[in-house]
Formats: sequence, structure tokens, C-alpha cells
Amino acid sequence: MKTIAELIAEQRFFRGLDRDSLDLIAGCGRNVHFAVGQRILTAGEPADAFYLLRSGRAALGFYVPERGTVVVDTLGGGDVLGWSWLFEPYRWQFDADALEPVSGVAFDARCLRDKCEADPRLGYLLTQGFARVMLGRLQSVRLRLLDVYGTGSGTR
Amino acid sequence: MAPVAYRVTSRTRETEDTVTIGIVPVTESIPTPAAGQFCMLYAPRVGEVPISVSGVEASQSRLLHTIRAVGAVTKALCALDVGDVVGVRGPYGTAWGVEAAAGGDLLLVAGGIGLAPLRPVVHEVLRRRRRFRRVTLLVGARSPDEMVFRGEIASWQASARMEVRTTVDYATAAWKGDVGVVTTLIERLTIDPEVTVAMVCGPEVMMRFAAAGVMAQGVAPQRVLASLERTMQCGIRRCGHCQLGGLFICSEGPVLPWSRVAPLLARREL
Amino acid sequence: MPSRESDIATPRLVIDVAGLQSLIDSLRGDGYRVVGPTVRDGAIVLAEMSDVAELPRGWADDQRPGGYRLTRREDGAFFGHSVSAATWKHHLFPPEVVSWQARVDTEGIHVEAPAAPARYALLGLRACDLAAIAVQDRVLMQTAHPDRDYAARRERALLIAVNCAAPSGSCFCTSMGTGPRATAGHDLALTELVGDGEGPARSAQVPAGAERNDAGAGHRFLVEVGSERGAAAISALRASPPSASDLDAAAAVWSSAAARVDRSLDTAGLPGLLMRNLEHPRWDLVAERCLSCANCTLVCPTCFCVDLREAGGLDPRHAEQHRVWASCFSVDHSQLHGGSMRWSARARYRQWMTHKLATWHEQFGTSGCVGCGRCITWCPAGIDITEEAAAIRATDGLTGPPTRARG
Ligand SMILES: Cc1cc2nc3c(=O)[nH]c(=O)nc-3n(C[C@H](O)[C@H](O)[C@H](O)COP(=O)(O)OP(=O)(O)OC[C@H]3O[C@@H](n4cnc5c(N)ncnc54)[C@H](O)[C@@H]3O)c2cc1C
Ligand code: SF4
Ligand code: SF4
Repeated sequence: MKTIAELIAEQRFFRGLDRDSLDLIAGCGRNVHFAVGQRILTAGEPADAFYLLRSGRAALGFYVPERGTVVVDTLGGGDVLGWSWLFEPYRWQFDADALEPVSGVAFDARCLRDKCEADPRLGYLLTQGFARVMLGRLQSVRLRLLDVYGTGSGTR
Repeated sequence: MAPVAYRVTSRTRETEDTVTIGIVPVTESIPTPAAGQFCMLYAPRVGEVPISVSGVEASQSRLLHTIRAVGAVTKALCALDVGDVVGVRGPYGTAWGVEAAAGGDLLLVAGGIGLAPLRPVVHEVLRRRRRFRRVTLLVGARSPDEMVFRGEIASWQASARMEVRTTVDYATAAWKGDVGVVTTLIERLTIDPEVTVAMVCGPEVMMRFAAAGVMAQGVAPQRVLASLERTMQCGIRRCGHCQLGGLFICSEGPVLPWSRVAPLLARREL
Repeated sequence: MPSRESDIATPRLVIDVAGLQSLIDSLRGDGYRVVGPTVRDGAIVLAEMSDVAELPRGWADDQRPGGYRLTRREDGAFFGHSVSAATWKHHLFPPEVVSWQARVDTEGIHVEAPAAPARYALLGLRACDLAAIAVQDRVLMQTAHPDRDYAARRERALLIAVNCAAPSGSCFCTSMGTGPRATAGHDLALTELVGDGEGPARSAQVPAGAERNDAGAGHRFLVEVGSERGAAAISALRASPPSASDLDAAAAVWSSAAARVDRSLDTAGLPGLLMRNLEHPRWDLVAERCLSCANCTLVCPTCFCVDLREAGGLDPRHAEQHRVWASCFSVDHSQLHGGSMRWSARARYRQWMTHKLATWHEQFGTSGCVGCGRCITWCPAGIDITEEAAAIRATDGLTGPPTRARG
């Protein structure tokens, strides 16, 4: 069986990270599995971890009383789930559910925050990784705002 | 150039505004189109517009065209009934060149009705599946209801002969596919850049992001093919409408390597 | 006087004014509709004609950016003017033609045989006009899908060129290598030699009939034959071989005309120059002046953009498609998805000019501009394609917002 460090070294989120940093981060991780339909995060609950999905698919959604859960994004292998653990008040903003059996690594938030405080370089690398993920997500939302599939009639 | 008469033999509603018609020659027929080419379809007494070939049954010279009703002519084409006569000229334009990808990996990225010109590629690949290594199809649409060929996509998924991923911008409760723009699916793929040919078709903005995503994974711009759309009245380099720089999209295109179109698309309003 | 005798490989002869009338008569007798220049509403226009008296005898034109004016000339020349606003395109590639028509019923689309187009003898084409027709031949005939109507008209047409004696202030054919002397593409090429007998007192109007021979005293045309069809057209005319002085006089016309073309366009590396300056601020400046009136595309003898329009009419079983001139200056020329690809005047002017001078080479192996100067004369804003190209050349590589201090 592969160690956590080995497992995460293959993931694009950690690509380019040196061995030492990987080991430090891996020290906060544990393997997790979710069955289809199983809840991964719940909006409002403490954000005490973040997840790296190795396989499977998860849906990020929000419960709207009149419409039920509205899915706003889906995540798959290689994606990072959850960034509320980085910022106060450390609570999840969205729900996440497994759409397909999910295997991944969960990283303990307190453990990571402590290590980042002790080693600002690690903190910087990790923050940069998250900034990149957020940028990608933001761009994809912006692209959706463009509504490229519409006929665009009356836009000019 | 006058069109030749074809007769509508089937009519399938794909989405609220999109219909696929199957047509066969009344007498004279046009040469068999290659995947990626288009025909000028003539709705009698209404007008003529370019429509991609979305399927070919060479044995019966039967052509499929998938049409989204956006204006006068496309509305008339969508309103045709089985038995009606439609005019056809063509086939025109460049083809995807599926053969060029044989022996390697094929990545198809479709947005909206952009799946129509790519569908003949899927058919060709499935007919001769062993000639290709990994084949992946990514399909994006605005919402599940607006996705064309849903039944066929499901059967491709079920057959497991290629990887098929679907995504929508706005999901409904029943939707089981992905949510998000189609380009985010690209970064989740493991791509072997040296042997991959990517074919992208959809709104121009989507193609720009898709091409960027594929190239970010190391695929050379010459191996990324896009199908462009410009106004066309004639389809044969004569009306002048479809020019993009020195290109006539009707004949040098619609399918062009990204290496050729990127510098042109980078210029606003060219 | 430099004699250009050595470069004339075609048969030559001389006719007088009566001979020109006989030519018109015999062409008409052969079923040609003869079209030539005439004066109407203060301008030279092209019209069907039967008599030399209809030619703009004694008229010259003063052309400059944004300006056109007819003036009198003293020598009674028939062709002492320059190009008219209207082009021969009106006859070979008319503004609107039926591209096909058919009966449509449940059994199919029954295309009806097209009516044969008119047979024109075009009299008075200039060298740049011949060059423009050669350009249109490439675009419309020397292609995988030739235009049937154009090909039929071209096939039936007889082209009678007249060598320019009085280029206008807008002409720049010498830069484009297209003029002022007709060297290819004509069936016949005339050089008008206004004899000494033609004094200033001569009336411009030659009454039909009687005075014609008299009026032609000394007034003659050197005719160069460019094709078998041209040779056949003059075979029955009373003509004489040119004398040495006729040839000298013709050579003098050719060389003085060339010397009078004073507008120029530097074509060295021009396509590359324009295509690397697509973001040049000059486009913004020209866009501020351009009215998007499309005059330039309407008068240009090579512009070929068209719309294909349904024109079936009331009969529910009749279908008809018309080919109608279009212009890249209209916003809907590039309409797509409810919007235009070129919504700014800047982009549309840039499209027009880069197409003429740059991308045309890539597409058709030739310039799309023949240097006739029509777009310069007929632009209400006086925009001058040669000046625009020169301005970009002078500031090659400039980008950013325009500064108004310049030129
Ligand atoms: C190579 C090529 C392949 C195509 N393949 C398909 C296809 O497989 N299925 C399909 O449904 N459509 C396809 N199109 C688009 C289709 O040709 C247009 O939707 C059609 O020309 C619109 O004509 P209309 O008379 O219905 O609309 P119009 O009345 O002309 O216009 C109605 C609306 O459509 C817009 N429009 C006009 N022309 C175009 C155009 N060329 N493309 C997009 N929007 C336009 C207008 O701006 C307006 O908003 C293709 C276009 C090209 C160039
Ligand atoms: S671009 Fe202007 S000068 Fe050149 S051929 Fe056309 S009208 Fe004449
Ligand atoms: S350049 Fe002149 S003639 Fe041409 S569209 Fe502009 S204003 Fe009109």
C-alpha cells in the first residue's frame, strides 16, 4: 500500500512541491471513502478539514427551500474540495455529497494551520496552491456568466 | 448554384429549439460528406443557410442535420415535416480528418449544438474503435434540457467504448452529470500530449478556453482542431461574408488547426 | 519622342470617327448592346448607345479626394475624361441578378434553365478597368465553383479599351502596374489621336449623320487588336495601316498619360505592413471620418461581396434566389448570433482596406486594388486609400490611442 505522501505526490494540486513539504502535509492526512449519496460537508458546520479527491465525483450544492439542493459545481479526481478551513470563521459555506464512490485524502485543518504557522514557507506554498484553485473556479464561474450557449439576441 | 432536392424521412426533436432531420435524395444526390463538413440547406421559398452534417448513412445516401431555430430559415427548416422537400448544396468546407488521429488518442470537446458536427466523428470512431487508443468526449450544455443527442450520449456512456463526460452550467435535480463549464473537465483528464488530437466545437468563447485548457496539458496547437462559424451566404468562396483575415471560413474552414486561427481570433473584430 | 513600336505585338490599324461609328453600327448589327460613357447630370456615366454623338466629346473631369467636377476641354476629344463612378461591373456583375429559379412542389425542386444574359460590347474601358475585370475573372471564374451568370456575361462580352490620355487626380494605376496603357485583356484597344483639324471652336455635339465625316477630319484612333474576336469585329471596317506619325502620336499619348499620374501607392511589402499594423491608431482616426456609407465598395470595380436573397414572390410554387451586391461596410455583413463580428467602423474600414491591399494577395494571388482611384473621388469624407497606407507606413509599428496632433 502506498503511503499518504506517495498518494498525494501524484496529484496535480501538489505538483512541484518538494519532498519535505509533502511529508509535512501528508502528516496531517488520512485516507477517506464516501459511498454514493453520502454527505462530505454540510453548510454551517465547522470547517475542520479539506479534501483531495483521488477518484469519484462529488457535487457542491446549496439547499434552496423552494427548489431543494441546487448543484453549483461538481468535482472529480484531482480536485480539491473545501477552502473554508483557511479563513475565519472556519465554517463550510456549501454542502458536498458523493455522486459516485469517492476516495480521497482528508487533511486535518488544525494540524495544517499549526504547521503553516510554524513554517511560513509551507504556508505560502499551500496558500498559493489554493489561490490557483480558487482562480480556476472563479474563471469557470465567470465563463458561465457569459452564457455562451445563448443566442445572444439583443445583446448589441 | 441551385440546390438539389432531398426529402425529409425523419424528424427528431432534440431540445425545445433544436430538431434533427434525416433527408434522402429525391433523385440526384450530393457527394458523401466527410465528418466536419457542412451543407447549404434550402428551406423552399425562405432561404438557404449553412448547417453541419450531423450524421451520414452512406448506404442510403441519407444525411442527418441538426438545426437550432434561431431565425427565419432555421425556423423553417425545423418546421419541416416528414415527406417535405428540402434543397441541399454541398458538401462544403474542410473535414476533421479523423484518420489523422488513428493510432493515437482522440479528445472531443463539444459545447451546445457544437456536438452536431462532432457526432459523425464519434460514429466513425465507434465503427473502427480499434484504430484509436483512448477516446474521450466532453459535452457541455447550458442545462440538461438543452443538451442535444441525450439518448445517444447515454448509450455511448453505457457502451464503455469511450469515456464520455457531460456537464451543464445550470443543473436540475434529476441531473446526474457534472456541473460547471466544459473546460474544467479538461484539467481533470490525464492527457498524453504527444499522441493526442483534440477536436473542439462550440461557441467561440468556449473554444478559446477549451483550446487553452488542452494546450496547457502540453498538446501542440497544430493538434488542436476547431470548427469556426462565420456568416455564410454561398459556402463556396464567393459571397465574401465569412472572411477572417485572409481565410474564407467556408472553404479553408470551418475546421482549422488552432495554430492558424489563434492569431486571427486574438484580433478583435477581424 | 520614344517610339514604343517594339512592344506592340498586335495588329494595328487606324480608323476615323466615321470608322468608330461603323464599329458601333456593326457591333449592334451583330447583336451586341454597345455600352459606353456619356454625360448625364453633370457626370460621366455608362449607358447603352448607338451613336458616337452620345460620347462625352469635349468633356474632361477633375477628380480629387472627395471631389468630382466635369470641365470642358478644348480639343474635342471623345475620351478626354477619366474613369466614371459607375464601373463595368454593372454589366458583367450587375447589382442584382437571378442566380437561379425553380418550381418547387412535393416532387422536388425543378430548376428552370437560366435566361441568356445580354451580350455587351463595352466601349471605353480603361487599362485599370481591364485589370479589374481580370481580378474579377480570378475571383468569380477561376475557382472551383465559378459564378454561372458572370461567366456567361464574360464569355459573350467584347471589351473595347481606350488608352487614357487624361488620368485624373485620383488615379494611381502606375503604382499598381495596371495602366495607363491597356496591354492585356482587351479585344480592341483604341488610342485617340485628336487631329490638328480639331480646333477649340469645334462644337462638342456632333449632329448625327451629315457632319460626322467632316468632324473626323484628322481625328482618328489607333486600333490595336487583342483577340480574334476583336479582329473579327473590325474586319469589315474601312481602315488604313498606321503611318509613322500615327505611331509617334500614339506613343506620345501613352507616355504623357503615364507622366500625368501623380498619385502613388508604395506597394513594397504592403500586405505584410498592413497585417502587422492591425492595431495601428490610424484605423481609429480613419474611423472617425468614415461615414460607413459604403460608397467605396459600390464604386470599386473589384469588390465582389454579395448576399443571396430569396425572391420567390407571390406564386407559392415559385422559388427564386437573387445575387445582390453587399458591402463589408454594413454592420450585418458579418452578423452572427444576434451580433456583428465587426460592429465598429474601425473594424469595417480595416477589413475593406486590408482585403484590397493585403489579404487579396493571399486569397487570389493578386492585389484587390487596381489603382482606379474611384474610392478616393467618391468618398464623401475624402478618405484616400493611398494616404492611409502611406500614414501607416510612416509610423509602422505604432499602437495605442491615436494622437490628433499628427497629419
Ligand atoms: C459552417 C457552419 C455550420 C453550421 N452548422 C450549424 C448546425 O449544424 N446547426 C445549426 O443549427 N446551425 C448551424 N450553423 C448556424 C446557422 O447557419 C445559422 O444559425 C443560420 O444561418 C441562421 O439563419 P436564420 O435565417 O435562421 O437566421 P437569421 O434570420 O439570419 O438570423 C437570426 C439570428 O441568428 C443569427 N445568425 C445569422 N447568421 C448566423 C450564422 N451563420 N450563425 C449563427 N447565427 C447566425 C442572427 O444574428 C440572428 O440573431 C452553422 C453555421 C456555419 C457557418
Ligand atoms: S480600392 Fe479604390 S482605387 Fe483600388 S480598385 Fe477599388 S476603387 Fe479603385
Ligand atoms: S471610406 Fe469613404 S466612401 Fe468608403 S465607406 Fe467610408 S466614407 Fe464611405
